Amino acid sequence: MSLKNWLYALSATAVLTLPAVHDAQAEDSIYVPLFTYRTGPFAGSGTPIANGMHDYLTLLNERDGGIGGVKLIVEECETGYDTKKGLECYESVKPKKPVIVNPWSTGITLPLIPKAAVDKIPVLSMAYGLSASAKGDTFPWIFNPPATYWDGFTQILQYIATQEGGGIEKLKGKKIGYIYLDASFGREPLPLIEQLSKELGFEAKLYPVAAADMQNQSSQWLSVRRDKPDYMILYGWGALNATAVKEAVKTNYPMEKFISIWWPSEDDAKGAGDGAKGFKTLNWHAVGADFPLLADIQKHVVDAGKSQVSGKDKVGQVLYNRGIYNSMLIAEAIRRAQEITGNKVVTGEDVRRGLEGLNIDDARLKEIGLEGFTGAVKLSCTDHNGHFSTFVQSWNGTTYEKVSDYIAPLSDKVGPLLDADAKAYAEKNAPWPARSEACDAS
Amino acid sequence: MFYRETGQFKQSYAADQAVFPILQDRLGLAAILLVAFVVVPLFGNEFLLASVMVPFLILSLGAIGLNILVGYTGLLSLGSAAFMGVGAYAAYKLSTIFPGVNILVWILCSGFFAAGIGVLFGLPSLRIKGFYLAVATLAAQFFLQWCFVRISWLYNDNPSGAIEVPARTLFGLAITGPSATPVTRYLVVLVIVVVMTLLASNIVHGRIGRTWMAVRDMDIAAQLMGIRLLPAKLLAFAVSSFYCGVSGALMVFLWLGAAEPSAFDIKLSFLLLFMVIIGGLGSMIGSFFGAALIHILPIVIRGLPEALGLPIAAATVEHLTYLIVGALIIFFLIVEPHGLARLWQIAKQKLRVWPFPY
Repeated sequence: MSLKNWLYALSATAVLTLPAVHDAQAEDSIYVPLFTYRTGPFAGSGTPIANGMHDYLTLLNERDGGIGGVKLIVEECETGYDTKKGLECYESVKPKKPVIVNPWSTGITLPLIPKAAVDKIPVLSMAYGLSASAKGDTFPWIFNPPATYWDGFTQILQYIATQEGGGIEKLKGKKIGYIYLDASFGREPLPLIEQLSKELGFEAKLYPVAAADMQNQSSQWLSVRRDKPDYMILYGWGALNATAVKEAVKTNYPMEKFISIWWPSEDDAKGAGDGAKGFKTLNWHAVGADFPLLADIQKHVVDAGKSQVSGKDKVGQVLYNRGIYNSMLIAEAIRRAQEITGNKVVTGEDVRRGLEGLNIDDARLKEIGLEGFTGAVKLSCTDHNGHFSTFVQSWNGTTYEKVSDYIAPLSDKVGPLLDADAKAYAEKNAPWPARSEACDAS
Repeated sequence: MFYRETGQFKQSYAADQAVFPILQDRLGLAAILLVAFVVVPLFGNEFLLASVMVPFLILSLGAIGLNILVGYTGLLSLGSAAFMGVGAYAAYKLSTIFPGVNILVWILCSGFFAAGIGVLFGLPSLRIKGFYLAVATLAAQFFLQWCFVRISWLYNDNPSGAIEVPARTLFGLAITGPSATPVTRYLVVLVIVVVMTLLASNIVHGRIGRTWMAVRDMDIAAQLMGIRLLPAKLLAFAVSSFYCGVSGALMVFLWLGAAEPSAFDIKLSFLLLFMVIIGGLGSMIGSFFGAALIHILPIVIRGLPEALGLPIAAATVEHLTYLIVGALIIFFLIVEPHGLARLWQIAKQKLRVWPFPY
């Protein structure tokens, strides 16, 4: 009995002491929370991303003493890819005045979209979340560079067309299979597919995979075997990717005709053995650790024992570099915010302006130590996405190799959809606040 | 010594049959309500209100709903999350079709939709019991969740496939949407939960509750005593789903702010069932204890290393939380298989005879 009372007393003190800690925040620092998931069913994808994000920011602290001389307070909050826990994380970091949040889950991003403007905390949902949030005039606080899922789909279609030896008119009469996670993320391209299949004259075959059946796709692949699509497109996450590659190998589907959106990792392809060679995914940044910045991370962070990576070979993997890219955007946005405002310690409002004025050109990439790592990034007040080009990479059994040039999205097809979508969102969530944030001339 | 009913004489049957016959209990309840209505909103910070108290109250309401079915009527259900989802989607559709009507009206109305669906899936309960009924309600869970994903009418054809909460006000104060402050949301949830708990408490202590308990203890005997099983069981399903539905609507509108269908997955059903079992089957206060143990305890454990200044990585803390909460659940169930509510009862009994235990 006494134990229970003791427990209650303990929990009561803990709840009461929590706020005290939050207030004891250093004044001359910038607080950057990282929402990560190293636990739960998606930990396999979440861990390398978390490591990449964390190591880049730690490097800035260790090597340069922060950004512009201001230390970053980097703190991870474990979401487990769970919306409720993610919101709990958001509420727990909010009093510490974060300058930016990265939800790393579409489910967590959606509730944060209306909150961002009220709490004055910009949301960076890098190539996930709500595609329509690319419209800066409707969503001044949400940023989703470098490309939307719709952009990605048109990029894959164009790659397929070049494989067929021509422009997108070559898609006519082709049969294209689309296997996807039957949740908001995978369903998002469906209206686009419907429209494009009519316009371009290809036949679309849909293979939805329910979230609960991610590891059991035999029925879908049986249909694939029957339908014999000319190309397969994959929109998956976590175990879905690994299982899809395995099943494709098992069904003897030609791997060079199996193209995924940008989320599969090395492990997803490796698990399927040699048969997975030729499996293709989109990407917008390099794979591998052959960059001065990553060498610095190796030296200052990993070798110094300040990273959580489990082995040196993990540095430079696809999703690790994805985390690097994410943190590069954060760091550059903070730097830009410091330039715009002239303040060393910036706030969420400043970083929002920094994101809108983001302009990472090749010269800047070289300065960072990431020359050739990715294309230039430039956002504006109206365009919070950029709709940048991506390329196709192919699995060679040990790593991904770039096999195509940068492909620009079909903006004339995607643009009207985005406009309509943003407008519909504002209407459904009426009264949606009109943009009141001024635009910096950049 | 202080907790004793000596000298408290009852002069009417009503007083004798009261839910809280002892004065100290009534004072204790008043004190709890005072803390909940005055102290917490005045002194709690935003995190405590928005991430601890609001979810705790909403989950408690869901647990009460499930407790009515599992604890009081003895019908095992694994579909409670789906019924919560019905409430949430009903409230969403109603509030977008009739935006002029106050959102609280729709949140309460959504319970009726959940009740209707609950009755429908409760029909097999006349023939099947125990694990078999659990499987039948599991079918409800999967079927309804499939509907939330596939029927785009339910989420107004949003390309994101999620339901987003529009901003709504009560007496000019924003209660849903981004500008609703945690204090307002907490108070709204608190009022609804307190009133509905009171209602539930009256239902289970009255004729209907006794009918349910008779069915739970032995349905053939209950039938022989003249209780009609089908209406009794269906009523239990209806009331239970009503509570779950309201709690689901509250969850989306006053807690999450937007929800994907996965918010109502089987995990939530199990969570509610754990709350009911650990809190105490057939006990109102047990539902609150269970929700506190499942929802608040992990938050406290997660906050402890930081509060104590221990540098432990977030993921490690998460693993530790799982370990500790799991161990505590087993510990409590070993110490008292009838749940925390039974521990509470024992504590009260001990207090009664203190300082001369026999």
